[in-house]
Amino acid sequence: MAGKSAPLGTPTKVTQGSRTKGGIGESTLRPDGILKVTGEFAYSSDMWHEDMLWGQILRSTVAHAEIVSIDTVEALKTPGVYAVMTYDDLPTDVKNYGLEIQDTPVLAHGKVRHHGEPVAIVAADHPETARRAAAKIKVEYRELPVITDEASATAPDAILVHEGRDDHHIGHVPHPNIVHRQPIIRGDVESARERADFIVEGEYTFGMQDQAFLGPESGLAVPAEDGGVDLYIATQWLHSDLKQIAPVLGLPEDKVRMTLSGVGGAFGGREDLSMQIHACLLALRTGKPVKIVYNRFESFFGHVHRHPAKLHYEHGATKGGKLTHMKCRIVLDGGAYASASPAVVGNAASLAVGPYVLEDVDIESIALYSNNPPCGAMRGFGAVQACFAYEAQMDKLADKVGMDRVEFRQLNAMSQGTIMPTGQPVDSPAPVAELLRRVKAMPMPPEQQWLAAGEAADVRQLPGGLSNTTHGEGVVRGVGYAVGIKNVGFSEGFDDYSTAKVRMEVVGGEPVATVHTAMAEVGQGGVTVHAQIARTELGVAQVTIHPADTQVGSAGSTSASRQTYVTGGAVKNSCELVREKVLEIGRRKFGTYHPAWATAELLLEGGKVVTDGGEVLADLVDVLEGEAVEVEEEWRHRPTEPFDLRTGQGFGHVQYSFAAHRAVVEVDTELGLVKVIELACAQDVGKALNPLSVIGQIQGGTTQGLGIAVMEEIIVDPKTAKVRNPSFTDYLIPTILDTPTIPVDVLELADDHAPYGLRGIGEAPTLSSTPAVLAAIRNATGLELNRTPVRPEHLTGTA
Amino acid sequence: MDFLRPASWEEALAAKAEHPTAVPIAGGTDVMVEINFDHRRPEYLLDLNRIGELGEWEVGEESVRLGASVPYTAIMEQLRGELPGLALASHTVASPQIRNRGGVGGNLGTASPAGDAHPALLAAGAEVEAQSVRGTRLIPIDEFYTGVKRNALAPDELIRAVHIKKADGPQQYSKVGTRNAMVIAVCAFGLALHPSSRTVRTGIGSAAPTPVRAKAAEEFLNAALEEGGFWDNGRIITPSVAKQFAELCSAACNPIDDVRGTASYRRHAVGIMARRTLTWTWESYRGTAARTEGVA
Repeated sequence: MAGKSAPLGTPTKVTQGSRTKGGIGESTLRPDGILKVTGEFAYSSDMWHEDMLWGQILRSTVAHAEIVSIDTVEALKTPGVYAVMTYDDLPTDVKNYGLEIQDTPVLAHGKVRHHGEPVAIVAADHPETARRAAAKIKVEYRELPVITDEASATAPDAILVHEGRDDHHIGHVPHPNIVHRQPIIRGDVESARERADFIVEGEYTFGMQDQAFLGPESGLAVPAEDGGVDLYIATQWLHSDLKQIAPVLGLPEDKVRMTLSGVGGAFGGREDLSMQIHACLLALRTGKPVKIVYNRFESFFGHVHRHPAKLHYEHGATKGGKLTHMKCRIVLDGGAYASASPAVVGNAASLAVGPYVLEDVDIESIALYSNNPPCGAMRGFGAVQACFAYEAQMDKLADKVGMDRVEFRQLNAMSQGTIMPTGQPVDSPAPVAELLRRVKAMPMPPEQQWLAAGEAADVRQLPGGLSNTTHGEGVVRGVGYAVGIKNVGFSEGFDDYSTAKVRMEVVGGEPVATVHTAMAEVGQGGVTVHAQIARTELGVAQVTIHPADTQVGSAGSTSASRQTYVTGGAVKNSCELVREKVLEIGRRKFGTYHPAWATAELLLEGGKVVTDGGEVLADLVDVLEGEAVEVEEEWRHRPTEPFDLRTGQGFGHVQYSFAAHRAVVEVDTELGLVKVIELACAQDVGKALNPLSVIGQIQGGTTQGLGIAVMEEIIVDPKTAKVRNPSFTDYLIPTILDTPTIPVDVLELADDHAPYGLRGIGEAPTLSSTPAVLAAIRNATGLELNRTPVRPEHLTGTA
Repeated sequence: MDFLRPASWEEALAAKAEHPTAVPIAGGTDVMVEINFDHRRPEYLLDLNRIGELGEWEVGEESVRLGASVPYTAIMEQLRGELPGLALASHTVASPQIRNRGGVGGNLGTASPAGDAHPALLAAGAEVEAQSVRGTRLIPIDEFYTGVKRNALAPDELIRAVHIKKADGPQQYSKVGTRNAMVIAVCAFGLALHPSSRTVRTGIGSAAPTPVRAKAAEEFLNAALEEGGFWDNGRIITPSVAKQFAELCSAACNPIDDVRGTASYRRHAVGIMARRTLTWTWESYRGTAARTEGVA
């Protein structure tokens, strides 16, 4: 902290549990749970520092324009304003940032490329003063035509969203307004098509979903006496932020000290930077702590969204119901800046077949540059859009063949040993048919539950709910099934490591382990799992979870369903190394007292060193007396390799994750309103380290998938590329009355490559939830419904 | 922004006379959203929360005098018998927290076409008690809404209460939103049967620049019910009558396309709601339905 005290609301050390139990496989409770429910948890927006200023960002009011001039004179004159900064005030030659491609300006230079792009920043002694001063900045724009879809992006006279691209994708894309293109070719689609007795084609549209995390972007930058800065921030990956922030500030990375603050959800929306650099710039400029908190309106402009997509699919099948071939083209709209688009393209392509056996495929996946809002990471990451389309195809094809929709899927389901279209074998359990069997076997919710309470209709059980639109009139039940496949961890050759520092010592007469990682706890329950792993490996009751910061090595991103696998794996690995050292000390101190020290397989359990037969050799307190053991080590999962740019072949993914859903809906077919009654899920999790958290993740992912099925969509005006509904008034997310019963059936089939055999779980349920709901609505209405979300006008012919 | 806090109604009227641009605030469920979103920055806020009588109501012979700040929760829980349509409408307002704060006075003051109370007030029949230092007047609800977010209040007037006719027959209210709770109306419909005058009244929300009645539909239905002797013989309403009533209600709409829904959908949905609410109220009037309000 370089002489300054930590601000209020900074996370402090959390000591977990006092029982000797609480290892992996138990549903230990999360330390933040009660605090969050009772409103006492300190989020990053709650931080406060003496003398702090408030930062405000001025954003573009148009989507695509040249900046003719920026006049900050009036803003600077405003009493209470300490600084106004534009592009010209950036301190170094590094003026852009980006996850993979550094194409995003810290502040706009010469041009804005999307509605809401940051143009100038202000620091003032009151948030209202900062806001008013920002409003006084005069920006003159000369508007340019907007690029909003594939046709306008690749038109012969299309304006290039980014001139002079020199990133590593420019060499293989067919047009500079295409960020990345990934084909996957395997087998021979043309001859396989000849074997098909039935062919179905479909054109699908997937709307732009927002992560809608409840804690808006916020953080506090505190200038330090050594010329550096301490940044308290809600993010998904501290070290990725750090790599992008430090060069813009002109500081070495060790002078930008970052500490994770209370994160109110992420879902991919915090992978990219938001206000981090802006707060640091203002803090360094003014010499004062600067806090920035977005409001909800700004949050809609302040982070990337899920890629909207157009997907064209062709599938064939034989009379017997065997899939013959698949051909598809997936067009993702990446918006104005690259963000995670290249990786999303790779995911969409490599998972485009779904969890099915298909030997002859021809896949093309691209992401556009456009003037729409930038899109990047969101739970499911490219696999969500594909699953929506291929699952609709499976239903259509099953109907053509004349088979039961679930049986058709089971007949074609992949299993362990299946070769993916990338040539990668699926080398751990892939219980796709079994998951489908399980959701189908679950008891159906009773019919007409709205009549269960008595003679009058309980409208809460009906579409429209308390809005009292039907008492049963026009209501038709529908049932739909879907299953999906998601990769776990970062793919395509990425060095996806995590670091864990584990310390073991005696504190207050008790052995205590401290786990220190830079893992962002965004609500997934990672800190709970780390404590469980430490208890299991080190046999201690007391585990202290150190606040996540950049004083320890990178833990990678809290995304891609990877943290329990990778940072959990790192914690396990460091614990094992600590255990070896503890045992060495034990041998040194006590080895002569018992022959087992030299021969037996020794464990740490219940605060003691024991043999695998359970004989106690020493108390850990005695072993660790006067000693402290500490290990900081990086840990890696097995390596992956990039997909070939022409054929898409390559061992691209670490692990696959599978979930299946059965949706039961009641549709008011006259008003087009939908009530999802139940979303049953079966998922293979390898090993449930914390079963309660596993259920929570599955229910949360399922609900987020429901949202994009029936209500969630950022609506962008196709003429102006401006966002039309940046608020929770008009961007709707499910309430508890929209959230159905979610019975969950958890399978635990170990993946031998993974720590404890576990499988990343956070994303898979988001994939199949959406197409299952869509299938159920189709089942109720008989409509084709090739877009999501479905709105009442689509169900009533009044679009 | 100045924050005016009158201790009495008289002080409030004086403050409003002195500062006609002052925006009255009671529950704050609408005004504060506008301020937080920076959609408006009034020069003065006129806080009415110290005036206890605004949260009270009186049940009279003919009507209920409902204080402007009576929260929706109280209407739902305590005035369901007298004001069934408004009670149903109140239940569709936002969330329990908002219903504990918000009241009909705010809905009328904002006069948004999407305000949930309006169709119920139009269907029941109501008068707005507007007051200023100059005096009191009762504005018939049919004349109250003058444009998008505009009403008949003079700049120095405040809404003290609403006089709503007590129900003399079944009333219903339906609202379409794209979520099953906490949603702004895509469109809404209120219907009240008035057996004592042998008339029906309607109210349509969010499907025209202002809340409106479907007068042609009412006239058609009044005539059809009279002609067929329905009020006396209690027969089931003929499907063709219900259908035409629904069509005329759709025709009374003058909606727009926006992010919440298409104009075409709004017309369609108002027709469906008109037909359904007519069935529910009429079945209730005939006494065949055990309870047709729906329960929650």
